[in-house]
Amino acid sequence: MIRFEPRAQPSLWLRIAIPIASALAALLLSIIILALTGAPAGRAIGLLLTGAAGSVFALTETLTRATPLILTGLAAAIAFRSRLWNIGAEGQLYAGALAAVAIGSGAVEGPPWLMMPLVCLAGALAGGLLMLGPALLKAKLSVDEVVTTLLLNFVVLLFVQMMLEGPLKDPMGMGWPQSAPVLDEAVLPKLVTQMRLHAGLIIALLAALIVAFLQRSTVLGFEMRAVGGNASAAGFAGIPVAATLVKTGFISGALAGLAGAGEVAGLKGYLTSDLSPGFGYAGIVVAMLAALEPLAVVPAAIFIAGIFVGADTMSRSLGVSNYFADLVVALSLLSVLVGSLFLRYRLRRVETA
Amino acid sequence: MSAEQPAATPVLALHGITKRFGALTANDAIDFALHRGEIVALLGENGAGKTTLMNILFGHYVADEGEVSVASPAGELWPLAQGSPQAALDAGIGMVHQHFTLAENLTGFENIILGREPLFGLARGRRALRSAVEALMMRTGLAARLDVRVAELGVGERQRIEILKALSRRTRILVLDEPTAVLTPQEAEGLFVALRALAQDGLAIVFISHKLDEVLALSQRLVVLRAGRKVADRPTLGADRRLIARLMVGEEIEVERPVPVRPGPVALDFRRVSAGAGRTRLIEATLSLRQGEILGIAGVSGNGQSSLAGLVSGLIPPDSGVMSVLGREGAASPAERRRDGVGRLAEDRHRDGMVGDMTVAENLVLERRCETPFSRLGLLKREAIRDAAQDAIASYDIRCPSPDAPLRLLSGGNIQKLLLARALADAPRLILANQPTRGLDVGATISVHRRLREAAEAGAAVLLISEDLDELFALSHLIAVMHGGRLTAAVDAAGVSAAEIGLAMAGDHSSAFGAAA
Repeated sequence: MIRFEPRAQPSLWLRIAIPIASALAALLLSIIILALTGAPAGRAIGLLLTGAAGSVFALTETLTRATPLILTGLAAAIAFRSRLWNIGAEGQLYAGALAAVAIGSGAVEGPPWLMMPLVCLAGALAGGLLMLGPALLKAKLSVDEVVTTLLLNFVVLLFVQMMLEGPLKDPMGMGWPQSAPVLDEAVLPKLVTQMRLHAGLIIALLAALIVAFLQRSTVLGFEMRAVGGNASAAGFAGIPVAATLVKTGFISGALAGLAGAGEVAGLKGYLTSDLSPGFGYAGIVVAMLAALEPLAVVPAAIFIAGIFVGADTMSRSLGVSNYFADLVVALSLLSVLVGSLFLRYRLRRVETA
Repeated sequence: MSAEQPAATPVLALHGITKRFGALTANDAIDFALHRGEIVALLGENGAGKTTLMNILFGHYVADEGEVSVASPAGELWPLAQGSPQAALDAGIGMVHQHFTLAENLTGFENIILGREPLFGLARGRRALRSAVEALMMRTGLAARLDVRVAELGVGERQRIEILKALSRRTRILVLDEPTAVLTPQEAEGLFVALRALAQDGLAIVFISHKLDEVLALSQRLVVLRAGRKVADRPTLGADRRLIARLMVGEEIEVERPVPVRPGPVALDFRRVSAGAGRTRLIEATLSLRQGEILGIAGVSGNGQSSLAGLVSGLIPPDSGVMSVLGREGAASPAERRRDGVGRLAEDRHRDGMVGDMTVAENLVLERRCETPFSRLGLLKREAIRDAAQDAIASYDIRCPSPDAPLRLLSGGNIQKLLLARALADAPRLILANQPTRGLDVGATISVHRRLREAAEAGAAVLLISEDLDELFALSHLIAVMHGGRLTAAVDAAGVSAAEIGLAMAGDHSSAFGAAA
């Protein structure tokens, strides 16, 4: 018989090795499923890998896709660390995008150098303010934030669609439900010529560093971890639990809003209601893969982005449905959950009587 | 055969049990036998290996070496499959844990029969189980309300539900971990009567306790563990408190007495204060405590103590009456109480005291995170935090792998030492010590008591809420009793007996305390 036994404290190398092993296990499981569909599994995986990282173009595409995922991943990671279950990053992303477009498409006159920071700030502020409602309801009235944030996603998306059909509709858009483009001064610069990769990646990487610093080295981060670790003990020790939850909610929402601003100002140039293919939800997967560690969110986001981009290439060449990417992502999440079990427990053989 | 020589028939035999956790040897070649109808006390300090040994018996851990054997109904010893709690249950081993394992949203009855409801004929099966449980209650004298949700029961009643649950499964071997920690002396005596009767019927009992008087009163044999080894296995007859304490700690222990009092200004003043809700509501409490004094509040948990503690620690506001804590009138937040100079120990250290996933050092500065030198302009000063932690670890003898280890890895006694270090950090003028040594071993208890006494000598007022009469007499100058949310007037501790307090704890107003004030 085999038994689980708890480990006292996992070593650092184990904490790095287990996520990597989990990712490999997920790919292995995916290959088996690919083989079952009759596709040439080896070639498919090869295509997936070259599609994700086999050329400058592939690599920049992966990083472009990873940019919003890093930010929504951070949004989930920071909130979940405080046990604030923000499932509303998708809605906060759209709120951020809406504010960015409203500010960036000419509503506000300002010196050109100010436009870029202003657009980003507007996006972050909108996302943060949207999350304030659920956070306040949770902190003051114990309203379940999973429900409120999740439902707000649909409210915001419908609101965006209304705005795109109404006040924000581009008069030059030939009837398409899309906003006017953001002004040239507000557009985030490209990082590689001819490629879509934009300065949003720099912002996302900075955000990861800042969140890591916030959690580890500031009083606020300390309080956030204490509230997440044991809210009752934090309150007994004099930590303002409700205020900490509200601050956490604002920061989390702001990160997701920033992702929306980056997509508008860095990539698309204007807002449509299909701006995000579920970046907000995928951010939760990213955060879980990263075990809620802000710095680990970056590789986790790049991994997930690589799977999506690579699977696109693969499905174009082989005719395998690109839903395959969702399958790989789902399998990696399951593998990581199993992996985290091995992080906390070890297996032991026991002789049965 | 067993009928002729009951004492020679072990129902349980542990042989050469060794268990290592990394470098630590928690159990070192322990032999242990238990006979039918025998009550054995298992003693040892926290970390001596008692819990590990019992966890191996129950299949929560697997021993690295050695084996566990249980007698079949016919009396033959069979090896017990290790690592299987189900096998342990099937072999008739029952356990009452120190930390309750009840589902709070179910009634007492539902908890007792949990996992044994029949799949079909539910109502009929439940009726049968119901009468069995009621018969068990009659036989053992363990009374508890069966149809009230456990969440609404006091700790004492929960404990009785736990014991009933363990007894209700054809149990032949019963392990009780600190069963009397929450009972009044009279209730404890009642429990002992029940346990003796059960032993007469053939139940073999392992009794884990830190209360040496109880061990002497109840057990027939003593097994003492120290640092993972068995250091004594002897009849209880002829042993005394000093001997047991010496066996457990390995050195002489002095008898504890309160320090002489030098009363200073009033620290705590309550006039007909009511607060809280439900069963734990505090009703019109009047008390006065001066600096330098230790006031012991005796009483069974769940009689209003948590509301009293909540008022002093800043968790709940009073809803009538006049209260003053260190000069501040009325309600205050926990942070304000701390700034005013109130050092606080939470009753339930796991729930309200510690953040298990944060480090030892972080937990030590949990209350002082915003103060110099631990942070500046909102940034933590890791070096200062670590230095302060090193100091506290050294001066309070907190045994931990390092200041950066997660707190949850520490034993209960060491966690409490850490929380005491935190509460006493800034020389508080008023100390709320709520069940400060619940579940602690002799060594840790003595060190907590010494700290509280020293703080009182240095001029702090101490409000000691405890269920442990030994502790109350060892520390308090004044003792008041809580029952049903009401607090009696405080009397001089030297002038009352344990029996009188016990009666007042049970709500008998004819005692020395008179009617509740």
